[in-house]
Amino acid sequence: MEELVVVPQTESRAVPGEAFEPAIVAFVCNWCTYTAADLAGTARMVQSPNVRLVRMMCTGMVDPKYVIKALLSGADAVLVSGCHPGDCHYINGNYKARRRMKLLKEILPRFGIDERRLKLTWVGASEGNEFAATVNAFVAEIKELGPIDTRRLPLL
Amino acid sequence: MASRIGVYVCHCGTNIAGKVDSAGVARFAAGLKNVIVARDYKFMCSDPGQDMIIKDIREMGLTRVVVASCSPRLHEKTFQKACQRGGLNPFLFQMTCIREHCSWVVADPEAATAKARNLLAAAVSRVNYHDELHSRVEAVHPDVLVVGGGIAGIQAALDIAKAGHKVHLVEKGPSIGGHMAQFDKTFPTLDCAACISTPKMVAVAQESNINLMTLSEVVEVKGYVGNYMVRVRTAPRYVNQDLCTGCGLCMEKCPKSVVSEFEEGIGKRKAIHRNSPQSVPNTPMIDPAVCIHFVKGKCGACEKHCPSGAIDFQQTESFLDLQVGTVVLATGFDIMDPSCLPQYGFGRYPEVYTGLQFERLNNAVGPTGGKIVMKDGRPPESVGIIHCVGSRDKNHHPYCSRVCCMYALKYDHLIKDKVGHGAKVYNFYIDMRCFGKGYEEFYRRVQEEGVTFIRGRPAEITDRAANAAEEGKLVVVCEDTLLGRTLRVPVDMVVLCTAMKARADAPEVARVFGISQGQDGFFLEEHPKLGPVSTATDGIFLAGTCQGPKDIPDAVAHASGGAGQALALAARGEVDISPTVSWINPDVCVGCKMCIDLCAYSAIEFDERRKVSVINEAMCKGCGSCAGHCPSGAAQVRHFNGKQVFAEMEGLLSPAPDAPGVEAV
Repeated sequence: MEELVVVPQTESRAVPGEAFEPAIVAFVCNWCTYTAADLAGTARMVQSPNVRLVRMMCTGMVDPKYVIKALLSGADAVLVSGCHPGDCHYINGNYKARRRMKLLKEILPRFGIDERRLKLTWVGASEGNEFAATVNAFVAEIKELGPIDTRRLPLL
Repeated sequence: MASRIGVYVCHCGTNIAGKVDSAGVARFAAGLKNVIVARDYKFMCSDPGQDMIIKDIREMGLTRVVVASCSPRLHEKTFQKACQRGGLNPFLFQMTCIREHCSWVVADPEAATAKARNLLAAAVSRVNYHDELHSRVEAVHPDVLVVGGGIAGIQAALDIAKAGHKVHLVEKGPSIGGHMAQFDKTFPTLDCAACISTPKMVAVAQESNINLMTLSEVVEVKGYVGNYMVRVRTAPRYVNQDLCTGCGLCMEKCPKSVVSEFEEGIGKRKAIHRNSPQSVPNTPMIDPAVCIHFVKGKCGACEKHCPSGAIDFQQTESFLDLQVGTVVLATGFDIMDPSCLPQYGFGRYPEVYTGLQFERLNNAVGPTGGKIVMKDGRPPESVGIIHCVGSRDKNHHPYCSRVCCMYALKYDHLIKDKVGHGAKVYNFYIDMRCFGKGYEEFYRRVQEEGVTFIRGRPAEITDRAANAAEEGKLVVVCEDTLLGRTLRVPVDMVVLCTAMKARADAPEVARVFGISQGQDGFFLEEHPKLGPVSTATDGIFLAGTCQGPKDIPDAVAHASGGAGQALALAARGEVDISPTVSWINPDVCVGCKMCIDLCAYSAIEFDERRKVSVINEAMCKGCGSCAGHCPSGAAQVRHFNGKQVFAEMEGLLSPAPDAPGVEAV
């Protein structure tokens, strides 16, 4: 098996004169948010193309290093989204994610990353409209925040 | 050896190709690393589409397959099976969604195509790291456990028993029958509840395939689908069921009288009691909390008078271990206590009743022998019926309890029928929801009987009279939102249609069985539409109102559904266990035991000899709580491991170039 080479983003991707299009990775759970994304699709709810989903079985399996790796590999932001508290398909995986993401948000600034680049939301399986709204709002938020500048990160 | 990947991009008619340049995306994929062949086709899920994959696997020696089409939730299984038919392990397949997440939601065709290229690059990158996985087949024990002996549990138990499987029916109370046994009539047919439910209760007692355990609770569940070990605790009844003939002499002779729970607090029972003469089993029980023998050590009147010597003060609680393959939960609901709505004066004004109390007032074996009378024995001249008490109220229960409109209509009819047509009946409603078969017709019939409907949630019920007509009455203060007027309606009696809510012990039951509760506290079904009886825990099914408010026909239908699902497993005798569970690499594990406490399914044990944590794959559900936290990276979910996720991210974040001029093969 080959070794994975993930090339860290070394430059700000902002091109002068061109509108900034952020790249956002979303780790979403199979049971709620991924289903909501499907529903948003079936209902043709227009969304910014900037958010790309990575389907997980549960937000509880989102290792913090996935988030950090995404941010260091060129994602301008990361969205983690699962079932509403109390609704977890795996009893309490989303509570574990909530704790983990809370800690991660405290650590990110020490890497020189604005904590707003990590967002944790709950979008239930029936909330297609909520999913589209979350995506659009987050993209707008990150557009305002500007591109991540990984050159300035101290630990690279 | 490098993998040989085949990529297939679907048009889905024009669903995808109308926005995304499917052919261009396939050309782009052909240029990706390890991709041997990339094709696009009108309908990949069709027979010719699947055959294309099968043929390529066989002829081109593909070792990996990627399909870019609709959501994997829709067709992942279809393509996995196609791979299998081609001779490829189904887990060497990856699907990416370019319809729901791309063509249908991205406005600009170019941006949609770019996103599709991106998602496809991620899938191709990921599939390189897929491993062959194999499902396991486990035997399913043919016996079924049904928890709860209300009408849903009764129906489920009878259905399963009729199919020839042994059922253990565990009921917490002294008799089966549940809330339905408290009712008098049932809407909209006005069948007497006892006439339709007691034959079923008797059928349970007589069915040789049903092991009925009353006064019993499940205290521990171990194991996994097909092989559950269940521990049942049975409380002492203090009456020997084998000797008791149900003559009832003990209850006659018992000197201690207390308020009856079965009569919802408006009737009395003895310390030795049974719910009703129709109880199943018919044996009374002694309530040790109030029995003079247990409290003071004297009395024993029941023992003295029992002609068959059935009284046994020496009984103690007992435990029984059962092995079952599947479980049907039918633990039912609680009625909301309206004391938390002080404006309605429940508990303060004696003539304010809950719906269940009113059922008992109507019931022929209830405290008034079925007469609708006030505490002073007079029949009420006017009755106010208040809908949505605690339901559709964001301060209490935001959901609709589904049955209140209909039982309110039933009460309307019963009052007119029993008290006389001169009786005035006022309904204070928000919306009328008469959704079932024959329900709307019943609504019309009750309207024609001269019942008054006032649209508006009452603000308060008071006994302070503002004029002579209100003297000695309860006054319902309300805004009629259709007339736009504030009303004061004097009535003799008020019935509160209180919310159905999840049982108080639902969190405990959820914990014991490893299932979850929704926001409203009811047990969470696997899918609100397509999986209404299964839970996230394999082999555990729901029946009736423990899943959400239901009327009797819905609860019975739901219960038969749950029984059918349990039977499907029990009758087949074996079950496929998904291999996408966690695995702890013993070479990497440092034995910190962090994962053991995190596991919601108690699927991780510590191997003391090797000093590493070990997953019991039969119990693991593959949630990855351990993998997400493992500080050393030893715990990984199969099919969702770190390498695979990293590879997917690499593909996602690779700058998606304009489609190169590579020709699709």
